[in-house]
Amino acid sequence: MSDDAWQVTWFTVGVAALSTLLILPFGVALGWLLARRDWRGKSIVETLVALPLVIPPVATGLILLKLLGRRGPIGGWLENTFGWEIVFTWRGVVVATAVMSFPLLARTARVAFEGVSPRLEQVARTLGAGPWRVFAQVTLPLARRGLIAGVLLSFARALGEFGATIMVAGFIPGQTATLALSIYHSVQLGRDGEAMVLLAISVTIAFAAVWASEWFLRRKAP
Amino acid sequence: MKIELSGLRLPLGHFTLQVEATLTGRVTAIFGASGSGKTSLLELIAGLRQPAAGRVRLGDTVLTDVAAGKFVPPERRAVGYVPQEGALFPHLSVHGNLVFGLDRNRPPPPTLTYAHVTEVLEIAHLRDRRIGLLSGGEKQRVALGRALLASPQLLLLDEPLAGLDAPLRDRLLPVLARVRDEFAVPMLYVSHAVDEVMALCDDVVVLSAGQIEERGAPADVFVPSNERRYVRRRVGG
Repeated sequence: MSDDAWQVTWFTVGVAALSTLLILPFGVALGWLLARRDWRGKSIVETLVALPLVIPPVATGLILLKLLGRRGPIGGWLENTFGWEIVFTWRGVVVATAVMSFPLLARTARVAFEGVSPRLEQVARTLGAGPWRVFAQVTLPLARRGLIAGVLLSFARALGEFGATIMVAGFIPGQTATLALSIYHSVQLGRDGEAMVLLAISVTIAFAAVWASEWFLRRKAP
Repeated sequence: MKIELSGLRLPLGHFTLQVEATLTGRVTAIFGASGSGKTSLLELIAGLRQPAAGRVRLGDTVLTDVAAGKFVPPERRAVGYVPQEGALFPHLSVHGNLVFGLDRNRPPPPTLTYAHVTEVLEIAHLRDRRIGLLSGGEKQRVALGRALLASPQLLLLDEPLAGLDAPLRDRLLPVLARVRDEFAVPMLYVSHAVDEVMALCDDVVVLSAGQIEERGAPADVFVPSNERRYVRRRVGG
């Protein structure tokens, strides 16, 4: 395997891991709010969160491009405040993959929390545990299988992200080139051999992630 | 320990739970058919639900007072709650469940030590057992032990024997009686079984469609003519 292929692989895995890590607290929090609380605007938020799953990834990418570009409301602020450039940098790849995989994490987390009996949480309260202790010692451990599966699934989704990433980060070898973008680029240039190597790597990593996710979901409850 | 329920009101599906009572028995039965509001009443006392109106007072402590905007959260009520299914934490061992409510900063009252509670409930040997491997009767005893070890001022038991078969019920009744006699923790005992109430309770509140229909000592409430009525109602659900 060439050095380029290694570089692209590590970059892709790193970006996918970082984006999954970034969305983890928000995905878990939103999943819990959707499963356990009734609030105004809940159905709107639910729909908004599901949108990246159904609208074309390129369209999501375009929205992000407009928001995160130098003249966009968020991009302009980030650049002026922190000096962070998002568009056409590795940060753009992280943001695009994070947005695209967030729905999977939030929805899996919601299902995981819904699987925990509220009775157990109530009894824990009567035993002297405040809401945070109940969450940490009862809810979270009982939902952990579903949460881990959700994390692995959104990691796998981030690995394969193409449409939004190409819009926000473009294809810059050594800077924003992920496995998916590199496969497309190689095929465009007629380098089918390179493309097949990258394809094999993609399939192997994705298979491992999805298989592990399924394994966690199927493990017998205690 | 006196439990005062004044002007307590909670709208439920088909009726409104309305309770006005002062309970002073060692073990007070909340008796009634399924869907008469028994569990909801326990939840109001435990702080798992908020009433639309009224007041709950335990001894000198006001736990809920809607008019005054007072509501003590369940974790600070010292009111133990054992739901019908036991609701043990499946990811913890028996020991992990039992010590969940132990306050490490405050020693338990001398009667409610770990050793004594597990001995009375005959669960000491189950210490390292996983919850999934317990029988129905063992689950109920562990759930009861867990609630007791949190040193409650009041214990709420929601049909603890309802899911068990007759021989097991007969074996557990004396254990419950021993809990009543050894630990001196006042209990509200939700049931729709006359024999359990007769064996364990010194006061009965009969609930029907959210209202107190009758109140008194078990022997007075369940006089033969009455008992037939209640038994029939119980069978009819």
